[in-house]
Order: sequence, then C-alpha cells, then structure tokens
Amino acid sequence: MTDSVVRVRGVDKVFGAGTEKTAALEKIDLEIPKGAFVSLIGPSGCGKSTLLRLIGDLTQPSAGTIEVNGKTAHRARLDRDYGMVFQAPVLFDWRTVQGNVELPLEVSSKDGTVRADRARAMLALVELTGFEKRYPWQLSGGMQQRVAIARALSFEPAILLMDEPFGALDEMTRERLNLELLRIWKQTGTTIVFVTHSIPEAVFLSTHVAVMSARPGRIVEVIPVDLPQPRNDLTREDERYFGFITRVRERLRGHQIGKPGAAEVAAS
Amino acid sequence: MRKRLGHYLPAVAVFVGVLGLWELAVKALGIQQFLLPPPSSIAAAFVEHFDELMTVGRNTLTEAVGGLVIGGVAALVVAFAIARWATASRALLPFAIAANSVPIIAFAPIMNNWFGILNPLSKMMVVAVLVFFPIMINTLRGLTLVDQASLELMRSYAASELAVFAKVRVPNALPYIFTALKVSATLSLIGAIVAEYFGGSRSVLGQFIITEAAFFRFANAWAAIVVASAVSIAFFLIILAIERVAIPWHSSARTTDSS
Repeated sequence: MTDSVVRVRGVDKVFGAGTEKTAALEKIDLEIPKGAFVSLIGPSGCGKSTLLRLIGDLTQPSAGTIEVNGKTAHRARLDRDYGMVFQAPVLFDWRTVQGNVELPLEVSSKDGTVRADRARAMLALVELTGFEKRYPWQLSGGMQQRVAIARALSFEPAILLMDEPFGALDEMTRERLNLELLRIWKQTGTTIVFVTHSIPEAVFLSTHVAVMSARPGRIVEVIPVDLPQPRNDLTREDERYFGFITRVRERLRGHQIGKPGAAEVAAS
Repeated sequence: MRKRLGHYLPAVAVFVGVLGLWELAVKALGIQQFLLPPPSSIAAAFVEHFDELMTVGRNTLTEAVGGLVIGGVAALVVAFAIARWATASRALLPFAIAANSVPIIAFAPIMNNWFGILNPLSKMMVVAVLVFFPIMINTLRGLTLVDQASLELMRSYAASELAVFAKVRVPNALPYIFTALKVSATLSLIGAIVAEYFGGSRSVLGQFIITEAAFFRFANAWAAIVVASAVSIAFFLIILAIERVAIPWHSSARTTDSS
C-alpha cells in the first residue's frame, strides 16, 4: 500500500504515570489506503476512540509515529486535513444550521460568499436544503448528526474521522444514515476512519474492519470486506455479509475468552 | 393577545384581592396611619407628590444604572482576564469568593468619603462593588464551563485561541451574563437606596423615604417604596427584553413554533 493516507507505526499510548499507569494501546500498526473506509471495532475500553484521536492529533502517542498524507499528524491538523464527527453532534446553539456548517470555513478565514456557497453545497449533500435558517435545537437527532457531517466535510478534509457518530441514534435512523454516509463517501472520495461498537454497521460500511482486543488495545486483525459496491439494503441480506459478521464476531470473541484478560494481567 | 390576558388574569386577581383586603383590614381593625396606611392613602400620596417622586426616582435610577455599568464593565474585564490566564484564576478566585461574602453595603460611608457625599458617584461605586461579584463569577463560569467536545472540534480546525474565545467561549457565556445582569438589576436598586440612607443629595428615593418617615408622613414613604419597586421591576424587564433579542437561541427565549 504505497498510497497510504494514514500510517501508524509501533504506537503505544499510556495514560497516567507511576503505579496509576494504564496502557491503552500497544504496538499499533495500521495502514489506511487512500479512499478506504476503515472501521475500528472492539470491546469498550479497547482504545478505539483513543486511536482515532491519535490519528486526529487530539492526543499524542507515548511511542511510535503517525503519518498522515506523508506529514506528522500535528502538521496535518494544522493543515486542516481532518474532518471530525463525534457521537454527539456538538452543534452550537447560537448558530443556525448554515452558520454551524460555515464555522470551520470561518476559522480558516475563507471569504464570506465562498463560505455560504460551500455550506449550502454541503447541506445539499446531506439532504438538508431548506433547513439553513433553522437552529440545531429545532432539528431531530438524526438531522443534527447530518449537519455535523456537512460541517466536517465543509473544508474538504483528506480524512473524515468519525467516533461512533450514529451511536446515539435509533436503529432505523442509523440504517438510513449508514446509506447516506456511503453515498457521501462515494461522492466525495474522502478517506473515512470510523469507530463503532456495532459489528453489522462496521461490516456494512467498511472496506476494511480493524478488530481490536481489550486493554491494552491491540489490532488483532484487519479484515478486508470485499462485499460488492455500492452497498445498499440488499447487502444486508447477502449471505457473505453474514459471513463477515460471523468472522468479525469470532475474532472479537477469540480475543476476549481465548486469553486471560489483558487488563487483569496489567492490574495484578 | 387575548390568550396572554387570560394567562395573567389569576395574578391580577390576586393583586387586586390583596389590595382590597389590606384596605378593609386597615379600616376594620382601626390600624393607625403611621403603622400601615391603607392603599387608598398611598395612592393619594402618589398622585399628590407625583412630580417629586418621578424626579427622585429618576435620580436613584441613574445611580443604579451608572453603578451597574461601572461594576459590570469591571466584572467582564476581570472575568475575561481570569478565563484567559489559568494562573490568574488560581491566584484571584479564592479572594473573589471570599470578598463576595463581605457585606459591601458597610462600605457606603467610606465611598461617601472617597467620592464626595453629594456626588452621585459615591452611590454608584457602592452599587458597582455590589454587582461586581455576581457578574464576574457568572461570566467566568460561562467562559470556562464549555463542552469539552466543542473545544476538541475547534482544535481539529486548528483554530487560534482568539477564535475559540470569540466563537465558543463568549457565546457560551452570554446566557450566564444575562442571568447575572437580571439579578444585578434588582441588586443595584437596593444598593443605591441603602447607600442614599447614609447621606447625600436630598433629591433621591432613599432620602425622600427617610425624610417623610421622620415627619410621620408614612403614606408618602410608602408611595416612594412603590416607585422604587416599580423602577426595579422595570429595570429587570428591560434587561429581560434585551436578553430575548440578544440570545434568541437560548432555551429561556426559545419560541415554541419551531417545527
């Protein structure tokens, strides 16, 4: 994979110091090819969010290197290569939908008309045209999360980092937004790193599923999911789709039961 | 509009009822004027001294507003400085909280001494010191109690500290500032009138009440108290109206015709 957008090499992440030390991530190696849709999945506390935050330079590794677009993660953040979407939409109540989507463009000092046009285009992409003048609290949870996605895409980031973006939504909204996200991914060609604890969601969305083990978090296996593209509601009925779900589940289970809990070892 | 009238009807009924009972009780029990004048006497006094009451009311309001502006501006400056420099917060905050417990009104004679007993500034300074802490603490809370995810979001945009301040911290603080201003509106009138009791210009509410009470003209004193209350409520409502216009997005001001 010469075309890697993200290169994580030998990364450890330790929280705390002295006897309070906890190893959150250990010897993480991960290559994310350009245009890929990579899901990080694992039991809670396995450090999948931490890994995402490391890639996004929201926290720093204790060891190892992270390269993004051939630069350090820090440089990439300063170059505004990231679009972030969290589990909560994190919209500002005092800004309209349009104003929220324009925020990153304002911060990067884009011209006013460029901002407005770009924000409108992004809102069209997430199918929220006509809601520009609404306030976030006037929208449903699913619509708020779509605004958050439009905002993350507004300055055409090289990578979209999503931390359980649909975790707080009901199943039906979640499935609809999964389809929309795939459409947006195809349309923009952006690379996506996606944290989730839902196995079906990970399989349905991803080109690669990185299965992680519990603390200290390690990448057990990166499973390429070669289900046909574009994926749609029929994908969810495909026999191979269930095959991948079973495979991911087994890899997850294998690492929880097969070995003594790594966290317990660390604690004793 | 009709709906709103219906909404306020119970409150109006209680108001009228209480006044009626008061009037009846004073007459029936033969309570003397200097203990509690009936509402009718107070109303008569209000009409008779209307011009003077308006003058003293305006002068006191000027002191209250002036003090609120001085204290408010100082509080905002200090809160912004503390929010910006974390070490300033650790150094100053304990003193700010301790000073908040000081009965500030006790400083009124000192202020008279510093700024001149006849100078309205001496009353304004009492008000300013009185409103400083609630506004400062609330503003500081609003500037610092920011959702962690909002800050990470701004960080992912490589936003400057100035941008974080202007686009996240300040808007986040506005509802806190307005809450403090509403409390301070009432506080500022209390401060001004009590400061006036310690001497100064005769043409103010505090001195009017003292003088009329000294001459056993209690209906006049009561009329002045009614004016003081009306001014205080009006001041509060003006700030409430500004709040509605300034932060329409805040939950306290949200209209229900959203969806």
